[in-house]
Amino acid sequence: MMVYVTRRYRFSAGHRLHNEAFSAEQNRLVYGKCNNPNGHGHNYLLEVTVAGAIDPATGMVFDLTALDGIVAECVLEKFDHKNLNLDTENFRTQIPTTENLCREIYGLLRRPLEEAGAQRGLQLDRVRLEETSLNSFEYVPERAGRRMM
Amino acid sequence: MIYVTRRAEFSASHYYHNPQFTPEENRRVFGKCNNPLGHGHNYTVEVTVGGAINPDTGMVLDLKELKVLLEQEVIQLMDHKFLNKEVPAFAQKNPTTENIAVEIWNLLAPKLAHGKLHRIRVYETPDLFADYYGE
Repeated sequence: MMVYVTRRYRFSAGHRLHNEAFSAEQNRLVYGKCNNPNGHGHNYLLEVTVAGAIDPATGMVFDLTALDGIVAECVLEKFDHKNLNLDTENFRTQIPTTENLCREIYGLLRRPLEEAGAQRGLQLDRVRLEETSLNSFEYVPERAGRRMM
Repeated sequence: MIYVTRRAEFSASHYYHNPQFTPEENRRVFGKCNNPLGHGHNYTVEVTVGGAINPDTGMVLDLKELKVLLEQEVIQLMDHKFLNKEVPAFAQKNPTTENIAVEIWNLLAPKLAHGKLHRIRVYETPDLFADYYGE
């Protein structure tokens, strides 16, 4: 039996979408106003979903205080109130689109979460990010036997 | 396959406690959720049913049927209740969001006349929810 538990977090960060390999026109064409050289910011809403069996002793899949601690340490402290392009190592060579940010956050969280929940086979199921209330991005790595929706 | 979701809300209180743990262990594992007098939440339940569209009605199932089933099986049982004390399923196990999702699945799955129960999602707060797919 698998139950999927999702917790929401918020952080605010600035970024600029720009590819050095493109010409100035190409950058403007591809990224539009997100190419503004001075950057701009968003309030990101982050959803972290972990999957596992319910521990019969607690009724829980994972300790939410531990989840909060890991997300705060690995993600929020790194990205909150930062310029993603200039203040973080994660976007030196890749563009801080929300797609890439989703995948980065999954990569940052997977090992600490799965190690903390290793006794019960906890899996990091997915990371979903809303950049604004009108767009959202989800990183769901392929796993054998996982559900489709 | 089309998936139809119906939402319902209920308010209930609960607390988390394992009689096999020491008082310190209970406090450590469950934190402020261990307060034996209980505390409350406004829960939102989402029931998702999958099925083919009936060409005669254009619907997967009659949503009124689902609304009535939710009301009879879940809302009447849990709304304005102390889950640990008043819902038999939680006499022996903690009414965590995870266990509530599984219990609602078990209540609804055998009674759903049309379509296939796909997912139960239970929100304890807007920032915390559990999903159960029946397996």
